[in-house]
Amino acid sequence: MTTKDTTSRQGASSQTGWIRAGWSSVSSQYSIYLILVVMVVVSSLLSPAFLSVANFSNISRQISITTILAFGETLLIIGGMLDLSCGSVMALSGLLAVLVYKQTGVGVLAMGAGVATGVLCNYINGIAVTVFRTPPFIATLAMLTSAQGAALLLTSGQPVYQLGDFVVWGQGAVLGIPTPDLFVIGITVVTWYILNHSRLGRYIYAIGGNQEAARASGIAIDRIKLQAYLVNGAFVGLAGVLYMSRVNAGLPAAGVGFELDALTSSIIGGVSFSGGIGTAVGTLAGAFIVGFLGNIMNLLGIQSYVQQVIKGAIIVMAVAYDIFSKSRRTRKILGGVQQ
Amino acid sequence: MEETILDEAPLLELRAISKSFPGVRALTNMCLTVRRGTVHVICGENGAGKSTLVKIINGLNQPDEGEIRINGEKVVIPNPIVARSYKISMIFQELNYIPEMTVQEALFLGVEPVNRFGKIDWKTIRARAAALLAEEGLSYDPTTKLKDLSVSDIQMLEILKAVSQDASIIIMDEPTSAITTKEVDRLFAKIAELKARGAAIIYISHRLGEIFRIADDISVMRDGMLVETRPAKDFNIDTVIQLMVGRSIDNVFPPRVACEIGPTVLDVQDLSDGAKFAGVDFHLRTGEIVGFSGLMGAGRTEVVRALFGLDPYTAGTVRVHGLDVRIKTVKDSIDLNIAMLSEDRRRYGLVPVRSIKENIGLASLEKFIRGGYLHRDQERQMISSICDRMRVKAPNLETSVDALSGGNQQKVVFAKWMLRDPDILILDEPTRGIDVGAKYEIYKIIFELAAEGKAILIISSELPEILGICDRVYVMSKGRITGELGKDEFDQERVMKYATMGTVH
Repeated sequence: MTTKDTTSRQGASSQTGWIRAGWSSVSSQYSIYLILVVMVVVSSLLSPAFLSVANFSNISRQISITTILAFGETLLIIGGMLDLSCGSVMALSGLLAVLVYKQTGVGVLAMGAGVATGVLCNYINGIAVTVFRTPPFIATLAMLTSAQGAALLLTSGQPVYQLGDFVVWGQGAVLGIPTPDLFVIGITVVTWYILNHSRLGRYIYAIGGNQEAARASGIAIDRIKLQAYLVNGAFVGLAGVLYMSRVNAGLPAAGVGFELDALTSSIIGGVSFSGGIGTAVGTLAGAFIVGFLGNIMNLLGIQSYVQQVIKGAIIVMAVAYDIFSKSRRTRKILGGVQQ
Repeated sequence: MEETILDEAPLLELRAISKSFPGVRALTNMCLTVRRGTVHVICGENGAGKSTLVKIINGLNQPDEGEIRINGEKVVIPNPIVARSYKISMIFQELNYIPEMTVQEALFLGVEPVNRFGKIDWKTIRARAAALLAEEGLSYDPTTKLKDLSVSDIQMLEILKAVSQDASIIIMDEPTSAITTKEVDRLFAKIAELKARGAAIIYISHRLGEIFRIADDISVMRDGMLVETRPAKDFNIDTVIQLMVGRSIDNVFPPRVACEIGPTVLDVQDLSDGAKFAGVDFHLRTGEIVGFSGLMGAGRTEVVRALFGLDPYTAGTVRVHGLDVRIKTVKDSIDLNIAMLSEDRRRYGLVPVRSIKENIGLASLEKFIRGGYLHRDQERQMISSICDRMRVKAPNLETSVDALSGGNQQKVVFAKWMLRDPDILILDEPTRGIDVGAKYEIYKIIFELAAEGKAILIISSELPEILGICDRVYVMSKGRITGELGKDEFDQERVMKYATMGTVH
């Protein structure tokens, strides 16, 4: 019969479609690293101070906190959720860690308290989202407000100073590498491992990509979502400890707007707000792009208000590019099939 | 009188319309002539192309080839707004409405009267809406929200809206699927009124019993093509059914792999969900392919969804391998070695943005992620061997399933479940939207699986498919099993009779 001919011909025509679709997916997949390289080149031309070890270590230390928060957001956004509360939960966690340190003088205990606080707050986020079906946006917005209030309540709004050896978490160095950088490297590996090597990661991708299909594949949606929030909580708590230690103070009003920087890093790093797409390394690159951008604008003496406007414009451009390249890819694929 | 009508060009004429979607040829060389002041009924099985056809008339889809003529003039209808300017109005099969909208807002959506500053003239809207409702004898207030109305109320409202906009071509896609007998009578009275006014109605329905009450002309479609158009008086239910299903089955099905039918593995008794189906009894044996036939909305999908743990069931016993079980979640049924391919593979089967590898592995991750460690080699080896078995055609396992044709996507879903090596396999419309070549391969896979001793349950709205591949068929109508046929009793018209039981007046 002719059945066979039809199939093989179709196979051949879609083959070329795949090759084209393959290339465009490669180019859009790696475009972010391309942008990173271009930024480094352009920045070093614009300012001689840019390309130096001192400046790079400065940048990496500056972005370490929001980068760690961005990894939490990455896990959540890939799974179709998000966390608006990470900035204020970070402040609450860090402050509690500071208070525990002031009482006990044990750094590890302080770290444990900080991480536990982050996990607890996000357990509440997760329960609100999975059990009470609150949209993540609203559940974590509420947590943002509550955690902020709780932090201010703890010390009646007063900063806590004289932290002693607590500062090693944020200001120390091992083999010449600043501790926050080591934590960023560690969290990058953890996030990468979760996303690429664990069931949790595969399930997060599936839930964000198509929740109904994930459910029909036997995945316990609510449990996975809760786990994603718990991992995010650990990251947020850690970030809080590092932050307070770095600034050498317990600041109850800290962390305002950090969630936006974290979200920006993830989005520029290629995490799709429609869910199901994103990588750990992409987010790291996104965080560096945001860091480089701020740094070069500082070096060029651009006023900080202007910097904010530029940053906003860049987010819109990144997302618009993401959507544009996606729809172009879809068209190419369809074109390939229809031939 | 007769002559003047002949002189005039028909109100709507479709000439040689063809339309393809990726992987599917929906319409081929379709022609349709709709006369002024008549009801033109279009019949055909699910997937025959009826919905695509009316979407083209309404501007929702664009034809690849062919032309549309209105009053003899060639027109292009790029979107529903232009369709409205040609006085084409459509009442959809699936109601799309905005729950928070009021009756009056819904009636005038898109045609709101405005003053010269662009302000909506609510006074006029309220008055006209109230007048329309009163005229139709509908009791609700123009400011009632749609969410507070019943489905049939909303259906009537849709019809009212089409009428109020002074449409001259009104498309009704299964308008009676959600309304009561009394409302059907009212709808038909309305249709008669519209006819008298000179409007033309294109009417799609599965309910063969009722179409003869209103049809002037009947067109039967099959596989995206027109089989026959005749005046309704030259048809009867049996001839329509024959034309709808009558196709040659030669070469569509692969040879059946010989296999022995063994003991009962699944025994379902008196299953009910308290709403969509009740008292459903059936059983499956190893190596057996059993079909569920029936019209759309007969409750077949609901039964298997409940069986698979996607929806709850309220009563009945399920026995798997002779043991009483209670299935509450998908995990429960997966643990019982049941697998299901959903009718809507894009919604329930695939994670489109992810790769073939991730999609296939999704239900069996414990096979290669153990102790928090991913055994990449085992994963690749297992998935590529299942892909070979299911004959998935793709450049590599990292290809996103988005990039695959419908047939290959379906094979990926097959592969996902085959990796678990299930005993019981439920296939809900496994070949929907797939071209003939890929269908052949899917049938071949189904036969191979039966030969391996798996029990297979297939839901299909395509009768020839059910009769071509099954060993035994249950027919459902209105949430109940109305008949069971052994292979020697297979007969398309017989199945159709059972399937329309309770729907034919």
